[in-house]
Amino acid sequence: MNGAQDLGGMMGFGPVIPEPETPVFHAEWQKRALAITLACGALGQWPGDRGRYVRETLPPIEYLTSSYYEIWTKALLKLLLAEAMITPEEWSAGRAVSPAQPTKRPTLSAERVAPLLAAGTPYHRAPITPATFKVGDKVRTSTSHPTTHTRLPRYARGKTGVIIETHGVFVFPDSLAHGNGEDPQWCYGVRFEGIELWGPESDPNLDIVIDLFEPYLTPVS
Amino acid sequence: MTHSHDQDHNHDHGSELSEAALRVRALETILTQKGYIDPAALDVIIETYETKIGPRNGARVVAKAWTDLDYKARLMTDATSAIAELGYSGRQGEHMRVVENTPELHNLVVCTLCSCYPWPVLGLPPVWYKSTPYRSRAVLDPRGVLKDFGVELPVTTKIRVWDSTAEMRYLVLPMRPEGSHNLSEDALAHLVTRDSMIGTGLPLREGRAR
Repeated sequence: MNGAQDLGGMMGFGPVIPEPETPVFHAEWQKRALAITLACGALGQWPGDRGRYVRETLPPIEYLTSSYYEIWTKALLKLLLAEAMITPEEWSAGRAVSPAQPTKRPTLSAERVAPLLAAGTPYHRAPITPATFKVGDKVRTSTSHPTTHTRLPRYARGKTGVIIETHGVFVFPDSLAHGNGEDPQWCYGVRFEGIELWGPESDPNLDIVIDLFEPYLTPVS
Repeated sequence: MTHSHDQDHNHDHGSELSEAALRVRALETILTQKGYIDPAALDVIIETYETKIGPRNGARVVAKAWTDLDYKARLMTDATSAIAELGYSGRQGEHMRVVENTPELHNLVVCTLCSCYPWPVLGLPPVWYKSTPYRSRAVLDPRGVLKDFGVELPVTTKIRVWDSTAEMRYLVLPMRPEGSHNLSEDALAHLVTRDSMIGTGLPLREGRAR
């Protein structure tokens, strides 16, 4: 969806403010926000792509005025309410008043943290169909503006680029985010000239590589 | 006591908790009471990303690639496996790709749509990586972004920006600093900054190690 998360090419946000490698967190609540988000994700009630989609549905003004850990926790609350894991009554009372719902996976214990982080969540899948494109092929991206989750940024829609890498077959976020299954798709690294994306004023010595799923692409002869 | 509540630098003292801090506290209370989360697991997650998984991991990968050409070849062809050789793998590093800087080409990594970042080698992203200024401008005006970091490249150096829109996670292999040929792998790792592995910085010169 064309939400506030799709920031590429916007102007007016001011300079980037560098920061040292430490501290990793800038407030105690940020530590808890990270850990709670990961621990709730480990319950298996929603895939990461659904989490991303829910963050995107925050109203643009709210998204743009929230820090990233705030975006995470606001989206987490929406997911917990949607899954009836927390009721609106509990949220206004600030305490549990009903028993927990069953979850797909058990509560994350301290002992399971290291194995969970080490395992990660691999998203590649065995190919079922051959890749439509090969390295060197010219492709044009979709001009669609889906109301649902997509990983094709607005700044790269309707643009022509060249396949420079074939990454393999991966779970399709556009499908998984909405509970429609994994629908695995080929994914490619597509290189766009700066001038193609930003017009004649673009830095002539710039190109941008975007990882794009096959359904976003059509061949250019 | 008065202090401002900058959105990314909240310092919660005593009863003066920010709205963000109150929301997280309420979530933790309810989720713990219902048994969905175990506070002991939260502590382990936090400790892991504060002390074990951070940019020093990536610095070791880079320093090894600088000193061991066979390793570098493996890193460039199958980054996920080569990085796992050093013990770094897992969450948000399941599908790794390393891109090499040269005098002709400078690589810069961004996630314009969210905050995708190679956690096993760089840890959690800094505030600026997730912020609107960086995510909006890195693809449009990367040289301007580099100036914000005090980096100015020759106009003849091509800039390639990698927008991590899918499952690949990118690590920049910066150029080995001149005059560092006598340094050990450990000493070299100290020259590798987090920002140099994102592409917003350059490695330190010898004598200015972290």
